[in-house]
Amino acid sequence: MNSTFRWFVAALGGFWATLGAGLALAEEPSTLNMPQGVTAISREVYDLHMLVFWIVCAIGAVVFGALFYSILKHRKSQGAVAATFHESTAVEIVWTVIPFIILVAMAIPAAKTLIAMEDTSNAEVTIKVTGYQWKWHYEYVGEDVGFFSVLNAEHNAARKVGSGIDVSQYEHYLKDVDRELVVPVGKKVRFLFTAADVIHAWWVPDLAVKKDAIPGFINEGWAIIDEPGVFRGKCAELCGRDHGFMPVVVRAVPQDEYATWLAGQRGEAQAEASAAEREWSGEELIARGEGVYNTNCASCHQGQGQGIPGVFPAIAGSAVATGALDAHLDVIYNGVAGTAMAGFGAQLSDLDIAAVVNFQRSAFGNSADGALQPADVAALR
Amino acid sequence: MSATTAEHHDEHHDEPAKGWKRWVFTTNHKDIGTLYLWLSLIMFFIGGAMALIIRAELFSPGMQITDPGFFNQMTTMHALIMVFGVVMPATVGLANWMIPMMIGAPDMALPRMNNLSFWILPFAFAMLASTLFMDSGGPAAGWTLYPPLVLQGGTSFAFVIFSIHFMGISSVMGSINIVATIFNMRAPGMTLLKMPLFVWTWLITAYLLIATIPVFAGAVTMLLTDKFFGTSFFSAAGGGDPVMYQHIFWFFGHPEVYILILPAFGIVSAIIPTFSRKPLFGYASMVYATASIAFLSFIVWAHHMFTTGMPLAGELFFMFSTMLIAVPTGVKVFNWVATMWRGSLTFETPMLFAVGFVVMFTIGGLSGLMLAMAPIDFQYHDTYFVVAHFHYVLVPGAIFSIMAAAYYWLPKWTGNMYDEKLGKIHFWTSTVFVNLLFFPMHFVGLAGMPRRIPDYNLQFADWNAVASIGAFGFGFAQLIFVWVVIKCIKGGEKATDEVWEGADGLEWTVASPAPYHTFSSPPEVK
Repeated sequence: MNSTFRWFVAALGGFWATLGAGLALAEEPSTLNMPQGVTAISREVYDLHMLVFWIVCAIGAVVFGALFYSILKHRKSQGAVAATFHESTAVEIVWTVIPFIILVAMAIPAAKTLIAMEDTSNAEVTIKVTGYQWKWHYEYVGEDVGFFSVLNAEHNAARKVGSGIDVSQYEHYLKDVDRELVVPVGKKVRFLFTAADVIHAWWVPDLAVKKDAIPGFINEGWAIIDEPGVFRGKCAELCGRDHGFMPVVVRAVPQDEYATWLAGQRGEAQAEASAAEREWSGEELIARGEGVYNTNCASCHQGQGQGIPGVFPAIAGSAVATGALDAHLDVIYNGVAGTAMAGFGAQLSDLDIAAVVNFQRSAFGNSADGALQPADVAALR
Repeated sequence: MSATTAEHHDEHHDEPAKGWKRWVFTTNHKDIGTLYLWLSLIMFFIGGAMALIIRAELFSPGMQITDPGFFNQMTTMHALIMVFGVVMPATVGLANWMIPMMIGAPDMALPRMNNLSFWILPFAFAMLASTLFMDSGGPAAGWTLYPPLVLQGGTSFAFVIFSIHFMGISSVMGSINIVATIFNMRAPGMTLLKMPLFVWTWLITAYLLIATIPVFAGAVTMLLTDKFFGTSFFSAAGGGDPVMYQHIFWFFGHPEVYILILPAFGIVSAIIPTFSRKPLFGYASMVYATASIAFLSFIVWAHHMFTTGMPLAGELFFMFSTMLIAVPTGVKVFNWVATMWRGSLTFETPMLFAVGFVVMFTIGGLSGLMLAMAPIDFQYHDTYFVVAHFHYVLVPGAIFSIMAAAYYWLPKWTGNMYDEKLGKIHFWTSTVFVNLLFFPMHFVGLAGMPRRIPDYNLQFADWNAVASIGAFGFGFAQLIFVWVVIKCIKGGEKATDEVWEGADGLEWTVASPAPYHTFSSPPEVK
């Protein structure tokens, strides 16, 4: 047994040494350690993390060192005879006071960083981030720009059970979205977090920002990003079946590029609004509705509209989707209280609501035609 | 007290009843302890099977076997079962078996209530598990049951809450029984500061349970009325506050963590001195450290909620108070090491598990210290780093201590020695696989993998595969334990009364196996 223990101790020592060296030398993006990130705060957080990490390693080395020394040397099989001491006030005071001093030494820099992180004053750009099941809505406060950001459609198709698609072909699998959050570099960007349905958490490791988005409440966070780049994160608070599938992608760009982008967004929004005003054919609406369905409905009601019995009602052959048009529109527009069915009136454009209602009524064996026009939805607003 | 003593002179109660009636109607603390331990072992495999479903899905990127909703049910049920169905019943079972024998009492103070507090549990867990087969499925919002998400579930949620109430009633009754036993039934001369540490840690644990379980019951009852009776305790739309639920939950939830681990401290404090052949170092400071941890556990709850947007003052307070827990916890670890220091050590299976506990619980404690630091906790929170942390304190922590206790006292329970070789194989396979399972979770967590997700980016693939291999290895290694226990019950080398060379305490003064009734007349404690 003795040699086993020596081997064990050596292995343990080797393990810790490798771990330490690995962490110290790891390239970014690391698969072992926290990223240093791209803000002054994120680097402070990283340094604090490493400081505490080395402190606990040192404590571990002392404690495990003493323990394994005992295991090796104070064995009965080595002829060790038990001592009889069982207390020592002096020693006990020492190992109460020393850890306390170490804790104080750790608490001071931690408190400093924390205070800096919570100072959201003097922001130059304010973005309201709203969590939905399962997407993010970004609103540029005062800029008249806002949009939803959902998981990349290819990834969304690939992640279904039995999709038969090899997910390893996507470098940013589950970390890519249709529309990125674009922010300027070098400016203090303040985020206001809230949610429409359940609690979510907006997390981008490179910004060291993670904050809960809570329905009915507004939380704050901020970042000054030093360099242009794309920074990826995820929802961090369990928010239902597709919690794992609502990524965050932040693209930091220089100020002039940011201004151009903002103007472009306004133009796009206008184009979309005017598109809704014309008369759409039923086929056009149904074709558009399929995309809307896959992004917004398929997670619960499933790809073929079959639903999940007892949990999510089927669309195929359902009383709602084959019944009165008004009642169907009401469910989509206002949601169903007390269930996971959200009201999409606040989330989708008139055009998309009309499209998805028509799609649901004509797909999965349902046989109505595309009778609902965007203008009919607009009448509800 | 005198009535209780008199009853035990009644000859009719000397032998256990025959057949199933013995187990259903028993008021004997040893029988009830055995029932608790078997329930715990069965639930361990049920909760473990759920963990293996989770790890099988997470073995590689892409969704292979589970629907995301079912995956969430698995993470939720796995946690509820492991916390309320495995660790708590196991430590209550050990308390039932050992506390009367350790303090020289003939039985628990309230034996009929003891029967009731056990027999509620199988029904509670059957009800909880039955939700998996209902249309709306099992709970899927995580074991913390946060609203509003948890309120989106279907009608099966009522069964979940009802079963939690049952478990709570069982725990409170069990705790009242333990407190009553310890305060009223100690043998003459067994002063409080002579009690074995396992008795002390359980006394304090019982108070934590009595103080916090009703709070939890209140929280889930408010969920019930929010869901079914139109109240808005936790709905901002109706004037409520979803974060208030988190405060109430964690006011229960953090002491609950110590409810799971304090009895483990007691077990390890019994085993290490025995196999070091040396008295426990710093007995009094161990008692005070336990009490300090229990006190502090009530004022640290919001460190689970740093990202909810508390005011800065709140974040600072909860960061400092949480860091403070490191001091009494450190004292405990140092005392265990000092107990082994210059002892005369041997490494039978209970000692292996106890030393494994000290090492790996300490790893979990050190990552806990990292998590206490609010500014970096923002990065750790709700990632696999947290999963690694609490599994280190609960699996090679609490579960290893329970394994240690089982090996330590099995000879006293059965009268036979367990198979030492198999025990050692069980320890080493468990230790290797448990580290393969949980250590890589630190890495993926730091690198950015959130918890409670069924699918992930390629960058996390390697370590997740390693963890899954560890999970299956650890799971199957536990079958060795079942084999050891059955073999030990069936026979084996006869155990002496003292069993272990260095053992100290009243339980080692009675015969092995312990007679059905022990200490009908109280022993003298010097």
